[in-house]
Amino acid sequence: MTYRMTFRGSVVPAQPGQSVGAALVAAGILDWRTTRQGGRPRGLFCGIGVCFDCLITVDGMPDQRACLVPAGDGMELGDDEEGGRAVHA
Amino acid sequence: MPYTHDVAVVGAGPAGLAAAVESAEAGLAVALIDGAGQPGGQYWRHYDESHARPGDHRGHHGWPAFTRLRDRLDALTAAGRIHYLPGHQVWLITRDDPGVFTLRVTRSFDGSAGRAAAEVIGGTGTGPNREVAARALILCPGGYDRQLPVPGWDLPGVMAAGGAQALLKGHRTLAGKRAVVAGTGPFLLPVATGLARAGASLAAVVEANGTLGWLRDPLGTVAVPGKGVEALQYAALMARHRIPYRRRTVIREILGENRVEAVRIARVDREGRRAGPDREIAADLVALGWGFTPSLELPLMLGVDTRKDTDGSLVVVVDDLQRSSVDGVYVAGEATGVGGAALAVAEGRLSALALSASLRRPATAAVAGRLQRAIRRGRRFAAAMHRAYPVPGAWTEWLSESTLVCRCEEVSYGDLLHACHDLGAEDPRTLKMLARPGMGWCQGRICGFASAEIASCLSRRETTPEDLRSLSTRSLAFPVTLGELAALTDDTGRPRLNPASEATTERG
Repeated sequence: MTYRMTFRGSVVPAQPGQSVGAALVAAGILDWRTTRQGGRPRGLFCGIGVCFDCLITVDGMPDQRACLVPAGDGMELGDDEEGGRAVHA
Repeated sequence: MPYTHDVAVVGAGPAGLAAAVESAEAGLAVALIDGAGQPGGQYWRHYDESHARPGDHRGHHGWPAFTRLRDRLDALTAAGRIHYLPGHQVWLITRDDPGVFTLRVTRSFDGSAGRAAAEVIGGTGTGPNREVAARALILCPGGYDRQLPVPGWDLPGVMAAGGAQALLKGHRTLAGKRAVVAGTGPFLLPVATGLARAGASLAAVVEANGTLGWLRDPLGTVAVPGKGVEALQYAALMARHRIPYRRRTVIREILGENRVEAVRIARVDREGRRAGPDREIAADLVALGWGFTPSLELPLMLGVDTRKDTDGSLVVVVDDLQRSSVDGVYVAGEATGVGGAALAVAEGRLSALALSASLRRPATAAVAGRLQRAIRRGRRFAAAMHRAYPVPGAWTEWLSESTLVCRCEEVSYGDLLHACHDLGAEDPRTLKMLARPGMGWCQGRICGFASAEIASCLSRRETTPEDLRSLSTRSLAFPVTLGELAALTDDTGRPRLNPASEATTERG
């Protein structure tokens, strides 16, 4: 079966076992947030959970690493606001 | 107080898997904590096994070695001899009672857990928090692609070489149709041939160094003969897919409006200085890698001694039994020096044997001796590779003032120049305070090496281990929620940060 997720209104299909980020890239969506200062588009970079470039809101939960979160049927991806809400060290 | 294991192994890649199964088979009570949902690490990354398809492991090197380790892990986990915690990352290790380490772990991702977990994010809930206690540690944190900034490297469509490969191996996803793989080192070859086999057109592999010199390196080739065969196999695959291999060439700029459209490349000399005209190549995927950076946050948090390795990376100093300078802390795999999976497995096994012997469990001296010899050979080979594929000395000359160095905090090379020349920052620590590179989400994992090199280059000196340490030390190994920190403080009335690490928390 193929999962159906939505990203800002459009349907993004995903294969069970794929990550959210992989499904977006496979659908031709390469970026899903912008930087705070320059407004630069960001998507996958390191692909393995290290760089935090690919942060995305998943089912209302902000700042998830798209490269790590497994795709799920019916997931709602993205939000108008994306950005730093956790504590950094 | 949680149950106290004999050993907690962190990381289930080649080193950690080997360490965990070897420890458990020697009779130790083992906890194995890994960030990924299934074992294998980056090297043996593979598609979710509950949705496996034939052909998922094509091109995977050493796959039977992995399945043997995994079968042992499965059996030991089922028998209750390994407490395996996948999908969890360790964000803090403390040693509160003498002889017992406490590891704070949190789930790597919460997406599939849905809204229930979301409530935890804002609150002080106890949801995903866990503690693991152990009398000894075997840290096998692995590493990731080392990056050098280049104009345009933050455009969508530019990825770490390992990331492009992870999408293929772990997610059956091809990140582009026309790819350029660039940087230095032998790892560019499996990335390029993997992309080609999956159907991408490979516009070029762009290698900064004059390569294959290491095949003639007497020490390296003699040390690990199998590696020469592996290189020839990749050379054959490169030829079969007709992939242009451009040596002594670098990407000078990545071009595009809101995504990658092309790269501008040029020939360079041995130091990385331009030695030819620019040439433009169209591409929609650029995969970059300059060797690897070991993940040192956990070892550094415990205060272990470190050194600068042949490849310029900060690595943990270990003795011939994989013991770090901190009692009870063993380290194996890339964190002791980038050297590949076979070496990592040998180090993982040896650390387990050494630990069991120290606990007076029977261990075979002959096996330990064999492993030590294999590790010495592997180290010699790794050093030969590092010498053959150095980061070019003049790489900072590729930067323009507007080039982003820190992708998280959007700190440009010009910002760093200003901090050095006008504000007097001469070392990375001061540079970090004045210009904020390495202060964002990734905590300097991506730009740390480059920022340290820039700081020392501008001060006209070599990068020192202290330079690297100041950009590798993190008081928390991963960003965590306020709730998790609050829970920590509630337990004890005070935050239990290790005095050896910087106890600063930025941006609440």
